[in-house]
Amino acid sequence: MAAKKNTQFDPVNTLHEIEEKFEMFQILNEDGKIVNEEADPKMSDEELTELMERMVYTRILDQRSIALNRQGRLGFYAPTAGQEASQLASHYALEKDDFILPGYRDVPQLIFHGLPLHMAFLWSRGHYLGSDLADDLNIFPPQIIIGAQYVQAAGIALGLQKRGKKSVVMTYTGDGGTSQGDFYEGINFAGAYRSPAIFVVQNNQYAISTPRSVQTAAKTLAQKGLAAGIPSILVDGMDPLAVYAATKDARERAVNGEGPTLIETMCYRYGPHTMAGDDPTRYRTSDIDSEWEKKDPIVRFRTYLEGKKLWSEEQENAVIERAKQEIKDAIKQADQAPKQKVTDFLKIMYKGDMPYNVQEQFDIYTEKESK
Amino acid sequence: MAQMTMIQAITDAMRTELKNDENVLVFGEDVGKNGGVFRATEGLQKEFGEERVFDTPLAESGIGGLAIGLSLTGWRPVMEIQFFGFLFEVMDSVSGQAARQSFRTAGKRNAPITIRSPFGGGVATPEMHADSLEGLVAAQPGIKVVIPSTPYDAKGLLISAIQDENPVVFLEHMKLYRSFRQEVPEEEYTIPLGKADIKREGTDVTIIAYGAMVQESLKAAEALEKEGHSAEVIDLRTIQPLDVETIIASVEKTNRAIVVQEAQRQAGIAANVVAEIMERAVLSLEAPVLRVTAPDTVYPYAQGENTWLPNAADITETAKKVLNF
Repeated sequence: MAAKKNTQFDPVNTLHEIEEKFEMFQILNEDGKIVNEEADPKMSDEELTELMERMVYTRILDQRSIALNRQGRLGFYAPTAGQEASQLASHYALEKDDFILPGYRDVPQLIFHGLPLHMAFLWSRGHYLGSDLADDLNIFPPQIIIGAQYVQAAGIALGLQKRGKKSVVMTYTGDGGTSQGDFYEGINFAGAYRSPAIFVVQNNQYAISTPRSVQTAAKTLAQKGLAAGIPSILVDGMDPLAVYAATKDARERAVNGEGPTLIETMCYRYGPHTMAGDDPTRYRTSDIDSEWEKKDPIVRFRTYLEGKKLWSEEQENAVIERAKQEIKDAIKQADQAPKQKVTDFLKIMYKGDMPYNVQEQFDIYTEKESK
Repeated sequence: MAQMTMIQAITDAMRTELKNDENVLVFGEDVGKNGGVFRATEGLQKEFGEERVFDTPLAESGIGGLAIGLSLTGWRPVMEIQFFGFLFEVMDSVSGQAARQSFRTAGKRNAPITIRSPFGGGVATPEMHADSLEGLVAAQPGIKVVIPSTPYDAKGLLISAIQDENPVVFLEHMKLYRSFRQEVPEEEYTIPLGKADIKREGTDVTIIAYGAMVQESLKAAEALEKEGHSAEVIDLRTIQPLDVETIIASVEKTNRAIVVQEAQRQAGIAANVVAEIMERAVLSLEAPVLRVTAPDTVYPYAQGENTWLPNAADITETAKKVLNF
């Protein structure tokens, strides 16, 4: 017998109605044309070129980081190519006082928030001086435990709110990360306290080899904001203007006391998950790759800026040269970091007096290291 | 001075620190208007406001993340985990994050977080309320673990924990909350973390204990005295780091020792204490250091507590084994 149709409430229809509402927000299409004039964030010429410079710089940083990793001159590295709009246009909407809680792929945002490049390289290599954060730098080292940055962001947001600060915290995770409990708890806590947080989900289609469709039956990841009762938006993550506009809007509402926002950026990573042996050809076809290459955020932004006479090949080459030089210098600077000693590690375990066991071991290793 | 139960002393410590330091925040499930499921935060929200003492959604992991984020914006969080059996939900925030905060920021960010949580058996709680899980957190570098056994210690240690610049897990034994009263000064005072306390002096055998096992050890010491044995009872008070100095000085005096814990033999921290004694005072020992612990099963069904939990009789028996070795 077929299930009796409930005329009062149709759950299947309700789901579809809700899902239909999460349309993708786009301003700049693949051809570099404004398709949503009304939503154009109207960035100044200087802002537009600066954002382009950062995106180009980051693409070069990715290429060089992969090469340096292959040469054994960098350690852990999670490629970023393809996500420049998602990472840098979202960051561009922040102010210096805002906090960033990054995931392990979100090193570029930290660099443009003020983390010196050589420290990012030291972090990649596994050196504590890569995390030797300046006091006024409102970042935290890249989070390896997927989801932890979300609950911590809820805490920073509440902390800022209690201080009456007009600033926000922004945190990032990937599509796979939305399956974590901490993802949900983070957005739900921030919602309950209406605290100033921006939660970004960079949906780059794969969590290592697991496609987004295996994470959830939900049609969008943005709609997961509904469970926390917070506003959420699905954005074309390959479109710098849309990402910037969405983040700017979320920031404004947050500092006005209207609470957090969840932003899903639909994007793609051209490279492997990390440089630790992941091979995307095992789970991705070249068709999918080339389909996303057509959406390249740098290509469409370049076309757009060239149309406005704001960008030229010379400008782009200048950024590339500058990036290469700064990367070279930063690697040299990283090479000069002193070798890590056990006493260094023991010293940074606790603030204040060392507990007896740490003190005892500190003395033993001081002796060893003096030989 | 006032006569206080341990729970009153704990409330008093939080009141004192909420008053002394405007960065102190107290939060958790039902700690606000309700005053906590054990009344540990009774009256605090009324006195200090909802900005300082507040309820959270029901999610331990979220509470841990909240504390970490608040500490990164200069607050001094005192978070509550309603029962320590729920630690598993927040293990990453405690051991994976807060404990490592100083280390993973090269010492540039610290986590002055106090994690208060009730635990302990003998009051017939339902599943996952009474488990002794202190051994799990004590094994994580970066955390200090404090377990008071008296009202006086509870207040002084909790004030120290809140003032400490590092994460401190402060475990409150449910059976001790209201089991007796003690004179507790009304003003602020501190007891250094990492310092044990000799609760009874003796010369023949050292009984090292913490939590509810301190009272049981004192009872055992009385029973032993009736048989002509003088037991020294050390209350560890802080189980991470251990007060090795006090332990070793006592063992060198008595030449015999036992370690008493409520946790299962494969859990707790008794094995650490035995190892420290072996490494530092083996030549003083007239007998092996034996342990009094619970059996290596899951924490018992409520009606099985009486036969399962270690008590004064078990301690007396083990002390005699060591004395007659």
